[in-house]
Amino acid sequence: MEIYAILQVIWWLLLGVLLIGLAVMVGMDMGVGAILRYVGRTDLERRVALNIIGPHWDGNQVWFILGGGAIFAAFPLIYATAFSGFYVVMLLLLWTMIMRPLGFEYRSKIANPVWRNVWDWVFLVSGAVPMIVFGAAFGNLFHGVPFHFEWNLTSFYTGSFLGLLNPFAIMSGVLALALAAMMGALTVMNGAEGAMYQRARGLVQVAAIVAIVLFAVGGAWVHMLPGYHIVSGPGAGVPQTPLQQVVAMVPGAWQANFAARPILWLVPLLGFAGMLGALLAARARRSHLGWWLGALAWIGVIGTAGVSLFPFMLPSSSDPSVSLTVWNSSSSELTLLWMLGFALVFVPLILWYTSWAFWVMRGKVSAEKIAEDEHAY
Amino acid sequence: MIDGTVVDLSRIQFASTVLYHFLFVPLTLGLSFLLAAMETVYVTTGKPIYKEMAQFWGKLFMINFALGVATGLTMEFQFGTNWSFYSSFVGDIFGAPLAIEGLMAFFMESTFVGLMIFGWERLSKGQHLAVTWLVALASNLSALWILVANSFMQDPKGAVFDPTTLRMQLSSFQQLIFSPDAQSKFVHTSIAGYVTAAVFVAGISAFYMLKKRHMELAKRSFRMAALYGVMATIGVITLGDALGFVAAQAQPTKLAAMEGLWKSEPAPMSFNLIAFPDQAKQENAGAVRIPYLLSLLVTHSIDGTVAGVNTLEQEATRKIENGIPAVQALRTLSKDPKDAAALAQFNAHEKDLGYGFLVQRYAPDLNNVTPAQVQQAARDTIPPVAWVFWSFRAMVGFGLLMLAFFVLAVLYTLRNKVQDKRWFLIAAVWMIPVPFLANECGWLVAELGRQPWTVFGVLPTWMSASTHSVGYMVFSLIGFVGLYSIFIAVEMVLMVRAIRQGPEAHHGGGDARPRPRPALAPRPVPAAAHDTNLEG
Repeated sequence: MEIYAILQVIWWLLLGVLLIGLAVMVGMDMGVGAILRYVGRTDLERRVALNIIGPHWDGNQVWFILGGGAIFAAFPLIYATAFSGFYVVMLLLLWTMIMRPLGFEYRSKIANPVWRNVWDWVFLVSGAVPMIVFGAAFGNLFHGVPFHFEWNLTSFYTGSFLGLLNPFAIMSGVLALALAAMMGALTVMNGAEGAMYQRARGLVQVAAIVAIVLFAVGGAWVHMLPGYHIVSGPGAGVPQTPLQQVVAMVPGAWQANFAARPILWLVPLLGFAGMLGALLAARARRSHLGWWLGALAWIGVIGTAGVSLFPFMLPSSSDPSVSLTVWNSSSSELTLLWMLGFALVFVPLILWYTSWAFWVMRGKVSAEKIAEDEHAY
Repeated sequence: MIDGTVVDLSRIQFASTVLYHFLFVPLTLGLSFLLAAMETVYVTTGKPIYKEMAQFWGKLFMINFALGVATGLTMEFQFGTNWSFYSSFVGDIFGAPLAIEGLMAFFMESTFVGLMIFGWERLSKGQHLAVTWLVALASNLSALWILVANSFMQDPKGAVFDPTTLRMQLSSFQQLIFSPDAQSKFVHTSIAGYVTAAVFVAGISAFYMLKKRHMELAKRSFRMAALYGVMATIGVITLGDALGFVAAQAQPTKLAAMEGLWKSEPAPMSFNLIAFPDQAKQENAGAVRIPYLLSLLVTHSIDGTVAGVNTLEQEATRKIENGIPAVQALRTLSKDPKDAAALAQFNAHEKDLGYGFLVQRYAPDLNNVTPAQVQQAARDTIPPVAWVFWSFRAMVGFGLLMLAFFVLAVLYTLRNKVQDKRWFLIAAVWMIPVPFLANECGWLVAELGRQPWTVFGVLPTWMSASTHSVGYMVFSLIGFVGLYSIFIAVEMVLMVRAIRQGPEAHHGGGDARPRPRPALAPRPVPAAAHDTNLEG
């Protein structure tokens, strides 16, 4: 029982790591896509931007796949309930996301300007929409989502599509987009020169300011939202279903973890520090440093959401007692243990070869070379 | 209760998106090894033609790969979006191989594919070759884990139902991954990918030979493809036979459907070469039969038998009756997991829980289940026979056709005569769609043959779907059809263009980044130094 509870927390943390990996790595690529039309004014400039992330977008995207896979394997009830409940939003995310791989492979294979222009719009949409949806999904967790279960855990979602687009969720979505745009612009600074570099540099600063403001507003806003509190239940490390607990909505409950352990305030502080640091680094033209600080900002933002919600993962607004928590929606001890073994071996390996791939492809992308090369994106 | 229309629409959506995805995946699996083989020849012999081959087929590989990746995303979403009960019911087991696939295989494949395309100038010959091999290895590892997951649906090994958490849970990871179905299915499916790539490469090479273009590249590519193809086709048929043997034990209803076997019969059993199965009457309207052959094929002996539909339905009836008390006990346990009487009742009937679920479709509360309802549920346990029967025959027919093709291809190419056999080259071009069709048929046999279950004998399809409205399902279906139609059109245009264009004359392209390898400073230039260079 002790071990099971520890495994549940470890997997909650690992899921956080994967979501941060997703936000940093996929967010960077989507950011480049979203700002492509702005930082690149000519076709060649846009190709430079695309080729900066060209060798890596595919590997980066796997953070997203892995995030989904890990939720499925470690918290199947969350995966099932959230993905089906957010149906239309998930389709929006999926349909925009699946255009991106094609954009990379297909855009520059035909020289027609209309063709390329269409794909550039695709990059904008397939960069901006998923990031907004990603942020908005997180925002909705704070409100809770209207779902309930039948006796056998068949889930029913009773909200509408528009219900998921409430003001707090939209704000969270814009925050995610701002951070992605910031990281995308920093990535362009890392790989481009001249006018593109200057435009990207300006954009980092704008995006960072927007992110700082929204993160602060969001923090204040959450204060006013009612949070969720477990009144009674089987507790941590006990095999259970969500049908056996009682949950109440309590104002200010999302601050409870911070009140209990003030050291946790460092997490949101990290977020602010990262954003501010990225802004200053861009001003100082130290974009590589800025990129790492931007990654820190993501850790702070996602960490803050996680810490506020813990142990809740998917609260139900229509039937709070069936809210999904780390304790009632995780996989069995054996599965978590096996998966942990695989993660301990393969996550370091992934980080190692990903770094190697970036190291091999490091440096600036040359416009002249792209113009000659039929294989370039 | 879920609306039956929603379940049907969810099935149509899943089947069409996965069949679409499965157009691209086998080619990736097979072509990656061919690329690695070509590059190996280049590195060991130093002949630039093999580099040209690796790069040209690599370009086609990427056009195909992009759609494989894109449509694969859909599959990852869809278990949760449309099969949410399935996902929460077996996610404890089924999710693990999918997550491991990402960790172990897909990450590696996707990271190194970027280096494979962009790294020609930045990596040494040996490094690049290693990268290409890693892509091939990873894509096949990826198939391994996906098929482990799929095999759990066919033959759920290594899992037990936990009445406390109301779901299936992992009991043995080893049993899960070493299930006989997983083993033979992985080999059968990945080799089917090699066959696909071999036919693809042979067909396009034949096209060039017909047009007398790129002769050197076409002849060499054709020869490699022919040798690869003949071995792979023999392998795919052998493993297909093994898979049929496995199915005979684990999924007798699937086997009965594959063979159109309505009535059990004594050994030696005859094989229905051609038959017209009629599901309602449970008989074949006319059949061409070959004596002895069925016993030989599915039991590998002359006196072996397998059960027909009539026997299987009787068994199902017994199981359904036994499963009903299990579901009733579970209902009590859902409210109070500690109810001892309910637990005892559940344990006594647990084995047939899934069959209890099956009849819930007709008697949701299970209080007064009539014999007619049990009969109806028992009939449901038989998959759509005509579909499975004909998909199976089409798959096998295509397989034998490809075997004949490759035997001739090897004969001609080893005698260096293939470029003169115009009729054969034309046939080779026309062969290109055949492996793709065979793959799709194989999927239909496996997954339609599994019906009415999502997890065989454990979880019925009708209760696995998400509880969406019909409107939502129509919306998503229209979206997928629209988007996927555009995708396939774009893909075909680009593929045909790339083939028409052929391999480029110049060598060594592929790297858009001209920065020379820093021989003196093998560390990245510090960020600060980098950025100051750009001042101005």
